[in-house]
Amino acid sequence: MEPKVWREMGLNDEEYEKIKRLMAREPNFLEVGIFSVMWSEHCSYKTSKPILKKFPIEGPQVLQGPGEGAGIVDIGDDLAVVFKMESHNHPSAIEPYQGAATGVGGILRDVFSMGARPVAVLDALRFGPLEEGNNKLLLSGVVGGIGGYGNSIGIPTVGGDVYFHSSYSGNPLVNAMAVGILEHKHIAKAVATGVGNPVMVVGAKTGRDGIHGATFASVELTEESESKRSAVQVGDPFMEKLLMEACLELIQADIIVGIQDMGAAGLTCSSSEMADHGDSGIEMDLSLVPRRETGMTPYEIMLSESQERMLVVPKAGKEREVEEVFIRWGLEATVVGRVTDDGRLRLIEDGKIVADMPVKALTDEAPVYHRPTREPSYYQELKQVNLENVELKESAENVLLALLTNPTIANKEWVYRQYDHQVGTNTVVVPGGDAAVLRVRGTRKGIAMTTDCNSRFVYLDPYIGGALAVIEAAQNIVCVGAKPLAITDCLNFGNPEKPEIFWQFEQACAGISEACRILETPVTGGNVSLYNETPGRAIFPTPMIGMVGLLEDIGQVLGNQIGTEGEQIYIVGELEGEISGSEYLAVFENLEAGLLPELNLQAIKERLKFILKLNKPGLLQAAHDVTEGGLAVALAEMTAACGADISINSSSELKTLFGERLGRIIISVPKKHADAVESLAKADGIPLCYLGESKGINLRIKVNGRECLNIPLGKYRPLYEQTIRNIMDSENEE
Amino acid sequence: MLKANVTVTLKKSILDPQGSAVERALKSMKYPVESVRIGKFMEVVLSENDRSKAEEIMHEICRKLLSNPVIEDYSFELEG
Amino acid sequence: MKIGIVRFPGSNCEVDCLEAWRVIGQDPVMIWHQETSVKGLDLIVLPGGFSYGDYLRTGAIARFSPIMNDVIRFAKDGGLVWGICNGFQILTECGLLPGALLRNAGLHFVCSPQYLRVESNGTVFTNEYKQGQIIQIPVNHGEGNYTIDDEGLKSLQENNQIVFRYATSNGQVHRNGNPNGSRENIAGIVNKEGNILGMMPHPERVVEDIIGGVDGRGMFLSVLKHFERRGQRGA
Repeated sequence: MEPKVWREMGLNDEEYEKIKRLMAREPNFLEVGIFSVMWSEHCSYKTSKPILKKFPIEGPQVLQGPGEGAGIVDIGDDLAVVFKMESHNHPSAIEPYQGAATGVGGILRDVFSMGARPVAVLDALRFGPLEEGNNKLLLSGVVGGIGGYGNSIGIPTVGGDVYFHSSYSGNPLVNAMAVGILEHKHIAKAVATGVGNPVMVVGAKTGRDGIHGATFASVELTEESESKRSAVQVGDPFMEKLLMEACLELIQADIIVGIQDMGAAGLTCSSSEMADHGDSGIEMDLSLVPRRETGMTPYEIMLSESQERMLVVPKAGKEREVEEVFIRWGLEATVVGRVTDDGRLRLIEDGKIVADMPVKALTDEAPVYHRPTREPSYYQELKQVNLENVELKESAENVLLALLTNPTIANKEWVYRQYDHQVGTNTVVVPGGDAAVLRVRGTRKGIAMTTDCNSRFVYLDPYIGGALAVIEAAQNIVCVGAKPLAITDCLNFGNPEKPEIFWQFEQACAGISEACRILETPVTGGNVSLYNETPGRAIFPTPMIGMVGLLEDIGQVLGNQIGTEGEQIYIVGELEGEISGSEYLAVFENLEAGLLPELNLQAIKERLKFILKLNKPGLLQAAHDVTEGGLAVALAEMTAACGADISINSSSELKTLFGERLGRIIISVPKKHADAVESLAKADGIPLCYLGESKGINLRIKVNGRECLNIPLGKYRPLYEQTIRNIMDSENEE
Repeated sequence: MLKANVTVTLKKSILDPQGSAVERALKSMKYPVESVRIGKFMEVVLSENDRSKAEEIMHEICRKLLSNPVIEDYSFELEG
Repeated sequence: MKIGIVRFPGSNCEVDCLEAWRVIGQDPVMIWHQETSVKGLDLIVLPGGFSYGDYLRTGAIARFSPIMNDVIRFAKDGGLVWGICNGFQILTECGLLPGALLRNAGLHFVCSPQYLRVESNGTVFTNEYKQGQIIQIPVNHGEGNYTIDDEGLKSLQENNQIVFRYATSNGQVHRNGNPNGSRENIAGIVNKEGNILGMMPHPERVVEDIIGGVDGRGMFLSVLKHFERRGQRGA
């Protein structure tokens, strides 16, 4: 075989030699194709594995950690939450609507193939600035695709986050998280056991779409990518709805051994992983696979990424029952092979063996790379940038208005209005809250969920930034009154073959690990997306964190809006933030630099516990964490129904109003509970600073007795709420 | 086998916001465009070989399912 | 009373409707789209969703499903039929209600709380509200832009068939309160006889405070009381 063949499939020469050794012969074209996808970063994690191994993955709440379709966490009452986040960055860059839609479809299949009914979707999105290039079209297409898929299938899209930064121009991030609820007894696994058990392909027919998508996800985007549109799959949410109902029926009927989604690398990945997990083999006759197109080769059948398909191993003799379930939902289920005990993946076409390879060679034997790391030169340079002379450039009022209309901070209603966020009638906190909250029917419980990552912090200090992403997620969970349970992650980075990028990756993961260990929120799974680069430039390192939390009593759900006049407003944590890495610095000084404040995870953990302790007996009206834009922005976000009169003493107006530092939460306390809150803080040694009270229809802030800001709600709320809509809906007039 | 190429468009009296959006965009790109209407195109392959029968069937299909006579007009051409 | 909720393969609000009725103390049955009879039922609900994928036109294919033959017969015999969102779209496709639902004028799907003005509290579905009452019921659709020709509109008005109109928070029926460009801000209508109601907003989403309000309860209670009164008269 010509080296060109395997190189074009993404294998290097050493990898090819290793395949030859494992096979003890020259592999044929089909076999090389199968190895190339199984050994791609997307399927094998060959680069990231040594790092991911260091994540804390255990905890009493964890029922299923990394390695299956999705993580599972116990919530009591024999119920569990199933959740996972996954990227669909490259497909979305090329065809935003379908890329995002199929991203949602894929992550939903990961959840319902575990036996859980999906109850919510969240989407963490990152785009370049809206005024640059095609970013508006990308945002519009991605949001349309997410809505188009989720709305049709009838699973609410309840949250997520959206940031804009120039490093994402041309390489947007589309990370979808799905959350499901499951009865313990219905946990399904991706496993093929029981010699002679049939192997069935169910759901949609197989076409030529998305061939080599897994490899495609593992290379940098270039101008040629535009012409690689054939790698993008098209989603059919109606088909997925039927598939979901049929699969859940199968699992609950207890007639199957194992089930797995056909996602990246389709039939190849699902069959080899199921055989791998079962320490078995699988033999399939490819001529039996139902197809949408004629003349498909075995290579195309094995590598197709046609959507809305699953691989199922029924218990022996139950294939007829499986078929009946699928027919009722208007779908096909076809026996294409059987489970064997010889540990081989054997493929047959027209009576001839066309591929025959050891399963473990495809999975366990995949290469593992310990890539070199090097601290990038920018790291020390940016840390040492002197920010002491940075001053407020404009009046505090103008700064606040500029920050509130900065698309990263501005209200995202334009986005979530396009998502059905209520179907299922369980959504208690809709988009716009700190985290989304759903009630769990049949119990008093609620589950909270969020996605977070401030990639500027990660860029400036990957270790601290990685930890801060976890902290921000935990803060959001706590601000709705829930206890953080566990995380999933979606690690979006540049090209790992560059030592500086791999250093970012290693550092960020170490920071995430440390924060998860302290906060007792283990990692239950996730996804790695590397090679997020456009020519010459990597994205800001973006380890997205998806976290779920539990409310024992849904009645304790907490909002982020100040209610009426006379509430007492405090900040838990430091009053002052830092200018380093702040939105202020980026917007007004055009600078992304500085030394981030030291992490004190233990102290932050105590504060989060304190918030929950205050909320339990109902001492709080609202809670909201202070993030991008600092204290003034957080206060503006909390005041829609009623204004606030704030008076603080501080040495720096800039750091107090617009400085950023995680671990700070604003609380609004009904007057009658103020004394109780203050004495509890004192007893627990929690830093608590009185800010003022809710009053009138203005946000008014005095620093050291001088009024530096006094804006009517009627002025800043519309600006905050309509910025993105105004930018997006102007497209037709251009 | 006969193939019918079916076009379904919104009636002239019905506002077509998609068409209007494209029309505005094209005009802003300075093309000499009067108006744009957006519709649907469908290919239906029939297992009927008799043209007049096929025509009858297509009218029925179009009226019953492919278009909604309250808001849409249809036309088709037979090929083959 | 006996309530049946039709479940098409792509329905997605059928369970929400079921749960909403349970909150009111009723226990409806689900009717699979391949069934052929609605015998013994007092009310048929056509729930929201994407009945058969809705790729051609919303509701277009549902109309030809086995169960719809009997629903159409039931409706023509005076049985109560309540179509919500996709259910409304199906009812116009069947010709049980006049007009049609087009793509939203803003071209985007809209999921949002929405104020409505009760234009007619004289129907079986709305007699728990006051005439002109402003209620908040969320909308959630991509194709809710109601259209009807002049003659049809005149007929709707003359027969008092317009049940809900989209309104602003202070109760004005104005362009600013219209989420989808529908003609005359129409959000829901009944047929001439008043036994078939179609509406785009989702009352089943607002029957409990914890999930955002109770303004939708009035509809469920109206229908329930109608049957209770009828039951008493019968006895």
